[in-house]
Amino acid sequence: MELIIEGIRKAIWLLFTLDPEVLGITWLSLKVSGTATFISLFIGISLGTVVALTRFPGRRLVVSLINTGMGVPPVVVGLFVTIFLWRNGPLGLFELLYTPTAIIIAQAVIATPIVAGISLASIQKLPEALRLQILALGATRAQMIWMLIKEARLPLLAAVMAGFGGVISEVGASIMVGGNIKGYTRVLTTATVMETGKGNFDIAIALGVILLIFTFCINAILTGIQQRERPR
Amino acid sequence: MKMRNLSLVWILALCLAALVAGSPAEAAQKNLILATTTSTQDTGLLDVLIPIFEKKTGYFVKTIAVGSGQAMAMGSKGEADVLLVHSSAAEKKFMAEGNGVSRKLVMHNDFIIVGPRADPAGIRGMKSAAEAMKQIADKGAVFTSRGDNSGTHAKEKDLWKASGLNPEGQKYYQQTGLGMGQTLNVSAEKKTYTLTDRGTYLALKKNLGLDILVEGDAILLNVYHVIDVNPAKFPKVNAPAGKAFADFMVSKEAQAIITTFGVDKYGSPLFFPDAGKPEYE
Amino acid sequence: MSVPILEVRGLKVSRGGVPVLDISELTVQAGEFLSLIGPNGTGKSTLLLGLAGLVKRNAGEIRFHGRAITNGSDMLEYRRHLAMVFQEPLLFDATVYDNVASGLKIRGMRRSHIRPLVEEHLELFGVAHLSSRSARKISGGEAQRTSLARAFATNPELVLLDEPFVSLDPPTREAIIDDLGRVMQTRRTTVVMATHDRMDALRMSNRIAFMEGGGIVQVGPPSEVMHQPVNQTVAAFVGIETMLEGEVRDSSAGVLVVDINGRSIAAAGSFTPGERVMCLVRPEHVMIFPAGSSTESSARNRFTGTVRSVQSFGLIHRLEIDCGFLLIAHVTSLAMEDLHLKQGMTVNAAFKATSVHVIRSSHS
Repeated sequence: MELIIEGIRKAIWLLFTLDPEVLGITWLSLKVSGTATFISLFIGISLGTVVALTRFPGRRLVVSLINTGMGVPPVVVGLFVTIFLWRNGPLGLFELLYTPTAIIIAQAVIATPIVAGISLASIQKLPEALRLQILALGATRAQMIWMLIKEARLPLLAAVMAGFGGVISEVGASIMVGGNIKGYTRVLTTATVMETGKGNFDIAIALGVILLIFTFCINAILTGIQQRERPR
Repeated sequence: MKMRNLSLVWILALCLAALVAGSPAEAAQKNLILATTTSTQDTGLLDVLIPIFEKKTGYFVKTIAVGSGQAMAMGSKGEADVLLVHSSAAEKKFMAEGNGVSRKLVMHNDFIIVGPRADPAGIRGMKSAAEAMKQIADKGAVFTSRGDNSGTHAKEKDLWKASGLNPEGQKYYQQTGLGMGQTLNVSAEKKTYTLTDRGTYLALKKNLGLDILVEGDAILLNVYHVIDVNPAKFPKVNAPAGKAFADFMVSKEAQAIITTFGVDKYGSPLFFPDAGKPEYE
Repeated sequence: MSVPILEVRGLKVSRGGVPVLDISELTVQAGEFLSLIGPNGTGKSTLLLGLAGLVKRNAGEIRFHGRAITNGSDMLEYRRHLAMVFQEPLLFDATVYDNVASGLKIRGMRRSHIRPLVEEHLELFGVAHLSSRSARKISGGEAQRTSLARAFATNPELVLLDEPFVSLDPPTREAIIDDLGRVMQTRRTTVVMATHDRMDALRMSNRIAFMEGGGIVQVGPPSEVMHQPVNQTVAAFVGIETMLEGEVRDSSAGVLVVDINGRSIAAAGSFTPGERVMCLVRPEHVMIFPAGSSTESSARNRFTGTVRSVQSFGLIHRLEIDCGFLLIAHVTSLAMEDLHLKQGMTVNAAFKATSVHVIRSSHS
């Protein structure tokens, strides 16, 4: 109990004095997970929209692949990304292993199916006739797709939040492909694991509190979105 | 109009992502991958040594703290440039297979058997580590193992071998699969015995409530070597950087830091410099 | 006559291999209001989608101002001359203003040009006060008004309406129909509307096309479809309740005499004796007199019968009269009271020969 109180006290101290290492780790986490989410957003929304709006042979397979992808354990992604990025692996040429880029790649791979799955579902949930209505308003196909995406923006925002929340709190893949290198690839989760290992519970708690704050904010936004979303 | 703005944001975001993704690759030649054991990171020794090395040489060190076993596995695939490890038998095999250029003695500390203050197995003060292990098993106490192929785990297997027991699957034997620090935490929480390097134990002592019960047996010596990975076998290895790091670890400057590291915090040094000394075996 | 605004020839659409639409020919003149009526599931909506180029055509041709529309780039150009309003308002999750502006934005119109047009149409359809409200937070009627304003804001030459009033309560729908009528009168917009409400079709249209089984079985002015249906389905749909099958006895002197169960009905039409026919009589064309009254009527057909049942529809009562065959009559409440009509009473029923529409029997 003492330990926890002491830890929380230290945590608050670290937060309020803007400890440069803690700040650095936090900033890196935000940057890496934010970039990964952005990439997954671009690929995920495009993929989800295309699959939602087109009929092609093998579509069912793609849909089940996306749904499976939504549940793939991050460490499995971490493992495969590691294997690909090894110096002697297929992408070794780029020397990406143990860089923030590697974490971005792994996290983007984790988040893309989540974003694609939610996009697919939310675009599909729009009334079929809405597509016809948009075309009847004289829209080109591109304009129609854009308007549908805009129409589904609330669930898509939820997709963003879910993706971001998923990757910023992820540890397995980040430690495998990033290596938890101090000041370089050390993010909130990997630092928390390491500080716990080192017995520095105060710092670990401080990092945990920061993570908690992020996840709380994400959930608050998500809840807000769900409250605003009304049945059509 | 609004649409165009939004697609612009989209494109900008992509460019930004590409920028973030693209920048570190340029400095590839400057990167050094150091695969090491968790103990060197968990004690904080590398946090002191690496900035000095980086400042001196301009290399950027990527420290991957894993068990000695995994560190050598990385080395034997050419995925690391230099190793700082403590698992003598495996190191010799590693060298024999031609994976390393040189293997230099850096420092040592020792392993200790720690356990709950109450010491239910009654091993406190025993001179033979192997017998102490046997007594833990016989008395029905529990031993917590790292079980992660680290140097510590290798040493622990040596001890079991010497005691004549095979602990695999036994009731008195639990494996965590975690690093040293976390294994100590588990052991403290469950009031079990475990084998640890002295450095990590000292660094974590304040929160543990575990006592040193057996120490000083010759078999418990914990020796760290630095090995630079062989570029002849793995062309992608950054050989100059690996060699520079190996040389740095046995340099006077680094050795002097190792001598005093931890004294201010724990009252005694965590590691003892050994550079230039003859091998222990 | 000038070139029709829209011509459809041989339009065929199938869904999942099943043919759902087969229109051999349909022509729409500029400025006319054409209603597509018929029971549900007969292809009215599909035809509208076909006219808008929103379903895949298996065959056929659509000409707009005489120019054939292919599926290529001229389809977009063509669609920008029309507008479509569906049963559901299908508004975007945006303000009412932005919804009405959406068609103009799609056409890349400048914001300064959009504003006056949007304001004009918000006003026309009575939703100006909702301009900045979210389209998700307005009533069903307001939403359909917004949808109409959105459709008309682009000043389309052709408006396609797909059951636009079906989910509205009666006062709301009356008010909206009034507003729509006013707009169309000033604009002279060509409208094709699908509806299954014959009253809507009757009062709004210049012409009615009756659809059955994916095809058009009858096109003509409302009175023609109402009074001279080409078959029983159309007849039933337009409210003809008395349908009597019989055989033509005589066709001399310009009057048909049809034998129904041994009774003769005089009718107008050109059939030859011996033909099996169907005599259709609208219920409001049947007059009722007290039994034994000597009231002279010019009606050629006069029968005495028993009132089998009386059904009240408020101001109108529906009588079933057995006079050897079953005759359905609509009588006002006033007449009911005057005649003291009751079930079981014997009455005289009469209808003019010209009120009988004769079609070829489907059983022959």
